[in-house]
Amino acid sequence: MSSVQNIGRMLLPVVVLAAGLALWEFVVRVNDIQPYVLPSPTTVFQTLVSDWPVLSESLGITLLTTLEGFIAAAIGGVALGLVFNQSKWLEYSLFPYAVILQVTPVIAIAPLLLIYLPQQTAVIVCAWIVAFFPVLSNTTLGLNSVDRNLAGLFQLYGASRLQTLRYLKLPAALPFILGGLRIAGGLSLIGAVVAEIAAGTAGAGSGLAFRIAESGYRLNIPRMFAALLLLSVAGIVIYGLLALVSHLVLRRWHESALGKEN
Amino acid sequence: MVGPALSEMDSEAAGLAVRLRAVSKTYDNGVTALGPLDLDVAKGDFVSLLGPSGCGKSTALRLIAGLGAPSAGTVNVPHRANKADGRHPIGFVFQEPTLMPWASVRDNVCLPLKLAHAAPAEADRRIEEALAQVGLAEFADAYPRELSGGMKMRVSLARALVTDPDILLLDEPFAALDEITRFRLNNDLLALWRKLHKTVIFVTHSVFESVYLSQRVIVLTARPGRIRGEFRIATPEPRGEEFRTSADYAGYCREVSNALAPSYSGQRSA
Repeated sequence: MSSVQNIGRMLLPVVVLAAGLALWEFVVRVNDIQPYVLPSPTTVFQTLVSDWPVLSESLGITLLTTLEGFIAAAIGGVALGLVFNQSKWLEYSLFPYAVILQVTPVIAIAPLLLIYLPQQTAVIVCAWIVAFFPVLSNTTLGLNSVDRNLAGLFQLYGASRLQTLRYLKLPAALPFILGGLRIAGGLSLIGAVVAEIAAGTAGAGSGLAFRIAESGYRLNIPRMFAALLLLSVAGIVIYGLLALVSHLVLRRWHESALGKEN
Repeated sequence: MVGPALSEMDSEAAGLAVRLRAVSKTYDNGVTALGPLDLDVAKGDFVSLLGPSGCGKSTALRLIAGLGAPSAGTVNVPHRANKADGRHPIGFVFQEPTLMPWASVRDNVCLPLKLAHAAPAEADRRIEEALAQVGLAEFADAYPRELSGGMKMRVSLARALVTDPDILLLDEPFAALDEITRFRLNNDLLALWRKLHKTVIFVTHSVFESVYLSQRVIVLTARPGRIRGEFRIATPEPRGEEFRTSADYAGYCREVSNALAPSYSGQRSA
């Protein structure tokens, strides 16, 4: 029963995808729709193959931006979380601005950043702005979620602040931090794309989002779809990798990573 | 007024491990949890604090451990000054095992030594010894989630013993365990106490457990906890499992229960 259910769970989305693609292909062929209006899935795939040199280069650029933004967000978010945890005054002073940065739509900030910063830096800053908040807020939550009795135990044995941080707070916060990083991975991709779109064809970059904008102006619709597909796949892979890292790090002890038989 | 150093010397001279004088604790929300309480515990004694939930017995234990200061009165624990080379004068066992889930049994037991910067070789020796004392030598590399409730409690006990403390404070350590496991741990704890000659202060709400284990049972009132009565369990050591079924035991249990009963009157909601 449950194994049938499992197979069904994996199979059904694939069936839906295949049916959707088949319907799409069918509609385009029967109505003889031109590729610059709506390309068929096969045309998109052919474009992906034929334009691979251009697209793969753009993919590399976007991924690099995403990675840089993600690393900046991870370091910045965890570091700020640690600083806030050590000093309530700093937290009270700065946390509201972190929230403001988070709730202001990045698409509205991007044009300003592009004025004041070199384009490549602006793109990374955008990725950072979108991605650092979940890391910060999860780190803060994690550091404050320490078991009260364990904290008492550390106090009893005269642990220093640094010891408490290293042996108690950081390990206790790790599942939360990893959860934050998992969200940040996808978000830094979004941040990178938003900034590239904002820079548009006027920008000097040539990332995937830039390709989408550029292809739009050239009515090269199949390439837009191909680039979009790559972005989507990149997002899935990033999420999958971070989920895997999280699982590997936590598998020996954390509930989230344990098998159901326990 | 007598300075704390002088009164600690007095306690030391009187052979006391713990001396509380007019100790009370009022929390920030205005609730008085404890006291005023006077309590003397002689070195090497096994004393139980018995009372209803919320009577402040855990609070008393935390004050003795130095986790928080009393709102009034003095807490004297002369041993607290003994802190040389990885020793720590007080071992504490909480209601829950309170283990770090990310660390192996060995690393959990090692924690007090690591915090005291003990030498690794010395630490290893002590960890082996402490784990052997609680019968978990072969589980050093297991993680807490792989252990049963009773075994987790044993790890917690090993961690409390690893610093070779003078005083062992236990806060309802076996309350969440099934009866058979609890009886076994009771016996093991008694055996350890006989062997190691620690001062033990044991908080419980079980009359039967307190009589079985202790030399002295101190019955507390409902909140704020004060001493309602004190019983010396005179049955000579070593008491074995047969003590549980003896007439002596039943008699003590009845006496202690009678003393405890008023603490529960007017507490119907509990």
